[in-house]
Amino acid sequence: MKGNNKVLLEIVGLRKTYGARPVLDDINLSIHKGEVVVVLGSSGCGKSTLLRCLNGLESIQGGDIKLSGKSLTDKNVNWQEVRQQIGMVFQNYDLFPHMTVMENILLGPSKVQKRAEKEVMEQASQLLDRVGLLNRKDDYPRQLSGGQKQRIAIVRALCMNPEIMLFDEVTAALDPEMVREVLDVILGLAKQGMTMVIVTHEMGFAKAVADCIVFIDAGKICEIAEPDEFFSNPKTERARQFLNIFQY
Amino acid sequence: MSMNWEFIMSALPLYEKAAWLTLKLAFLGILASLGIGLLCSIVLYQRTKGLERLVRVYIELSRNTPLLIQLFFLYYGLTKLGITLSEQTCAIIGLAFLGGSYMAEAFRGGIESVSKSQIESGISIGLSKLQLVRYVILPQAFAVTLPSLGANCIFLLKETSIFGAIAIADLMHVTQDLIGMYYQTFETLFMLVVAYLIILLPLSLFLTWLERKVRYAEFGN
Ligand SMILES: Nc1ncnc2c1ncn2[C@@H]1O[C@H](COP(=O)(O)OP(=O)(O)OP(=O)(O)O)[C@@H](O)[C@H]1O
Ligand SMILES: [Mg+2]
Repeated sequence: MKGNNKVLLEIVGLRKTYGARPVLDDINLSIHKGEVVVVLGSSGCGKSTLLRCLNGLESIQGGDIKLSGKSLTDKNVNWQEVRQQIGMVFQNYDLFPHMTVMENILLGPSKVQKRAEKEVMEQASQLLDRVGLLNRKDDYPRQLSGGQKQRIAIVRALCMNPEIMLFDEVTAALDPEMVREVLDVILGLAKQGMTMVIVTHEMGFAKAVADCIVFIDAGKICEIAEPDEFFSNPKTERARQFLNIFQY
Repeated sequence: MSMNWEFIMSALPLYEKAAWLTLKLAFLGILASLGIGLLCSIVLYQRTKGLERLVRVYIELSRNTPLLIQLFFLYYGLTKLGITLSEQTCAIIGLAFLGGSYMAEAFRGGIESVSKSQIESGISIGLSKLQLVRYVILPQAFAVTLPSLGANCIFLLKETSIFGAIAIADLMHVTQDLIGMYYQTFETLFMLVVAYLIILLPLSLFLTWLERKVRYAEFGN
């Protein structure tokens, strides 16, 4: 289905090392427009590092990343422009504590994209309404719960109108009762056809949201499969062991 | 020992004038030192090539020489090189030269206190380096920096007491003059202390108040 869409993000032979230690090795992955890719793997296997490489927070030592066909390893690549097209939400909902919710959301669109405040504000209000937080637009982050902050962080990224969204364990720091409200927002995005790469430890959610599961082990892609297939019948021994951990 | 109040009253206008002069020079010097400090800390943070080295040399020079020597250099030394500055200009430049490095260190401390994840989340929405400093780092650094900035202001205000060495009629200078002329040592020193207290105490209280206010307003993510 979505495999017929054009390739939005292409990772070719990506290699990342810290010093002499390889953290990611020969990663090859094509992400099509509208596709939701969920990255799974045990702690320390390199999931966060992979996402950070995609938006240039980490340099890469080999291979290439192409966004809409343009290489991001090109010397002349304008990262500020690229980052507007790649929205990223981290585990620790790093809203800016000295700004209100609305100011947090407006910062990127108005200062980076130089869009008119009124237009951005309208879009921001719409997005806030969709995540059920329009009435909190003038609050400071400290006045919000973890789940609310995380939804705001998602809105902040969305308001830049990115081509693709990266989520790194966005519910890992949340109390269980708040996990749902955040995952629902992401599910909603998937329904609207947003292209996403999601790192998560929520297996049920992964199964529900993913078009494609990428299982990483020790810095290498070990298995790429459709969710049903991956969860019911993993091809590799490592994936089976990994899934067993989640079954009590 | 009894105070000669009559003498005190007669000397009051002199002290008042000197106090205003001290305040004016200190204000301008401190303002400039804040500007210099901010610029230097940004250069150090961004590791701007070439400038970084220059700033480091300046900071070492500024921190490791006494203000008196800096003033003498500006006032007497530069004249030898054909540059003549007025006493007051020398005083302001001297204070700014000294204060700039202290302010730079204070700002640097604040900037370094901003967490890596805050910076990364700024980067990932596409902010440029300068925008990052302007919108994310400085506002958060400010609250952390404020106590040291305040301490520096008070330190610099106190340092103004050697302006007399380059013939500026500041509080210290007036006191020395009066002692020389009238031998009213006790009264003049008393007035000197009171004058500094009148200047420094309210400033000190204001800074404490400001610190508390800013801390409450900014913290807790
Ligand atoms: N700055 C760094 N310097 C050196 N090694 C690092 C650095 N950052 C991460 N690593 C190493 O890279 C490997 C991959 O880390 P990464 O954070 O990507 O794992 P992860 O899959 O996201 O794990 P988790 O599920 O715990 O978040 C780990 O072994 C980690 O120790
Ligand atoms: Mg991680």
